[in-house]
Amino acid sequence: MTTAVEGPLTRLHRPLADGWTVARRDLIHWANQPMTVVFGIAFPIMITLAFGYLFGGAVRVPEGADYFAFLMPGMYGMTMLFGLSATMIAVTTDASKGVTDRFRSMPMAPSAVLIGRAIADLLNSVLVLAGLLACGLAVGWRPATLSGALAAVGLLLLLRFALLWAGIYLGLLTKDPGGVVAIQTLEFPIGFLSNAFVAPSTMPGWLGAVSEWNPLSSTVAATRQLFGNPGWGGESWVAQHAILMALLWPALITTVFFTLSVRLYQRLDR
Amino acid sequence: MTAVLAQGLRKTYGDQAALDGIDLDVPRGTVCGLLGPNGAGKTTTVRILTTLLRATGGRAEVAGFDVTTQPRQVRRHIGLVGQHAAVDELLTGRQNLELFGRLYHLSAAEARSRASELLEQFGLRHEGPAKEYSGGMRRRLDLAAGMILAPPVLFLDEPTTGLDPRSRAEIWRTVRELVAGGTTVLLTTQYLEEADQLADRISVIDTGRVVAEGTPDELKSKLGGDRLDLVVHDPAHLARAAEIIGRAASGPAEIDRDTRHVSAPVSERVQALTGVLTALAAAGIEVEDVAVRRPTLDEVFLNLTDTAGGTR
Repeated sequence: MTTAVEGPLTRLHRPLADGWTVARRDLIHWANQPMTVVFGIAFPIMITLAFGYLFGGAVRVPEGADYFAFLMPGMYGMTMLFGLSATMIAVTTDASKGVTDRFRSMPMAPSAVLIGRAIADLLNSVLVLAGLLACGLAVGWRPATLSGALAAVGLLLLLRFALLWAGIYLGLLTKDPGGVVAIQTLEFPIGFLSNAFVAPSTMPGWLGAVSEWNPLSSTVAATRQLFGNPGWGGESWVAQHAILMALLWPALITTVFFTLSVRLYQRLDR
Repeated sequence: MTAVLAQGLRKTYGDQAALDGIDLDVPRGTVCGLLGPNGAGKTTTVRILTTLLRATGGRAEVAGFDVTTQPRQVRRHIGLVGQHAAVDELLTGRQNLELFGRLYHLSAAEARSRASELLEQFGLRHEGPAKEYSGGMRRRLDLAAGMILAPPVLFLDEPTTGLDPRSRAEIWRTVRELVAGGTTVLLTTQYLEEADQLADRISVIDTGRVVAEGTPDELKSKLGGDRLDLVVHDPAHLARAAEIIGRAASGPAEIDRDTRHVSAPVSERVQALTGVLTALAAAGIEVEDVAVRRPTLDEVFLNLTDTAGGTR
C-alpha cells in the first residue's frame, strides 16, 4: 500500500477528485435507469402543460401577454424548488442503506460525499431545466435576448445550488426516506405562496407580503426581467430589487445550510 | 501482535451508557466474536473501532493506529461490512466495486482489474444491478467491497442476519478463506452457532459490558461441564426419573414436559450414566434416549446474560 504525501495541492485535489467519483455514481444511475431521468424531465413539463392549457385561460396576465410567456419563468423557478426533495431523497437513501457509513469508513476525502451530491444534483437540474426550456420554446415562450436568458438560467441554478444545501441538511437531519414526504408536501404550497403563478397583490395583505419575501419570488421576478417576459412588478422594496434579492437570497441560504450541513456531517460520529 | 485493542471503551448518550467499559484484545490473524443480544452494544463497539463513532471514554487501536487521533490511517487498514448490505443497488456488482476502488484511490485500470478479481473470488457473475441480487449475493458483494484493499483487519457486523442457511454457509466459507489468507476478523453476531463456527475467541457482551471471554470450549465448560440428557417413554414417569437423576447429578435436574426430557449437570460421566440407568431400570422406567453432552452455547449465553441482569 502506498501512502501519498499530502501537499497543499492534494489537499485541494483530493476532495474534488473523490467528489467527482461520487457524483459519477449518479451519472451511472442515469445510464442504468434512463426512464428515471426521462420521468424527472417529463414531470415539470406535464405540470407546465397542465397549468398552461387548463388554467391559462382563466388567469389574467399582466400586459395582456400570452399566459405561457408569463408562466414559464414561474415554472423554471418551481422546478428548482422541486430539487429540494430530490436531494433529500438521495441523502436519506444513502444514509439508511449504510452507503454513507461505508464512505465514512473509507480513506477518501470526507467532504467528497457532500461535494459529489452537490455536483450530481446540479447536473441533474441542468438536464431538467434544459428539458423545460425546450418545452417553453415549443409552446411559444421566447426570451428577449440570449445574454439575458443566460443570466436568468444562471440565477435559476444559483437558487437550485442554495436549495441543494438545504436538501442535504434536511436529509442528514432526518436520515429517514419517509421524512422526505413532509418536505415534498410542502413544496407545492411554498411554490404557490410566491409570484410564480399569480400576483401577490391579489392575495390577502399579510399573505401577499410573505409571498413577496419568498426567495422563489425574487428569482422568478428577476428571471422575468432578464428573459424580457411580463411580470407583476410590485411597489415593495423587495419586488423593486428582484435581481439583487435573487443573488442575496441564495447566498444567504447557501451560507446557512452549507455551514449546518458540514457541521452535521462532521458530527455524525457523535 | 495485537490487531484490535480496546481498553475501557465507553459511549454514553446523555446519562444512558451504551458501552460501559469494553476491553478487547484480538491477536493478528484470529477471529474474535462479539456475541450478545440486540442492544447489547455490539454495533456501537464496531462503529467506534471503524471511526464512525467517537468514544466517550477509553481508547482503542486498530492495526496499530489510534481510532481517535489517527482515523485516516485506521480507514486505510480496515474493511467494514455493516448490518445493511451497503452497496449501491442501482449499480451492477462490477460498477460498485470499481466505484469503491476509485474511492480507495486505485487508478481506473487498477480498480477495473481488482473488481474482476473480486467478482471471480466471491462468485458474483450476475451482470444486472445489485437490487436484482439475492440476499446472500448482496452480502458477498458487500464483503467484496470491504476487501478491495485486502485490509489486514475486517469488521463484520452481523454478516448473516436475515440470510437463509445456504447463504449463511457460503458467507462462513468466505470468511474462513479470508482468515486463512491472514486477515484478522472481528465479527458481531447474535447467533451462537456462528460464533462457535467461526470465532477463535468470543467476548460475550451484555448491557455494554463484556460479561465473559474465552474460546468457545472454555465458555461451554464455564457452565459446569457435562450434562446428562434423557428422554423417558411415559410422561407420568418424568418426576420419578428426575428424582433418580438428581441423586447422581451435581446440580438440579430440569424437566421439559413437552419433549419428555430430563437433564442435569453431572461431574463423573460414566459413573453417573451407569448408576442412573440401573436405578431407572430397577424402578421400571422405560428410557427412549440417553446422552451425555457438553452444554450448548445457547445455554452458556442465556446463563451469562441472565446473571448480568439481562434486562434490555
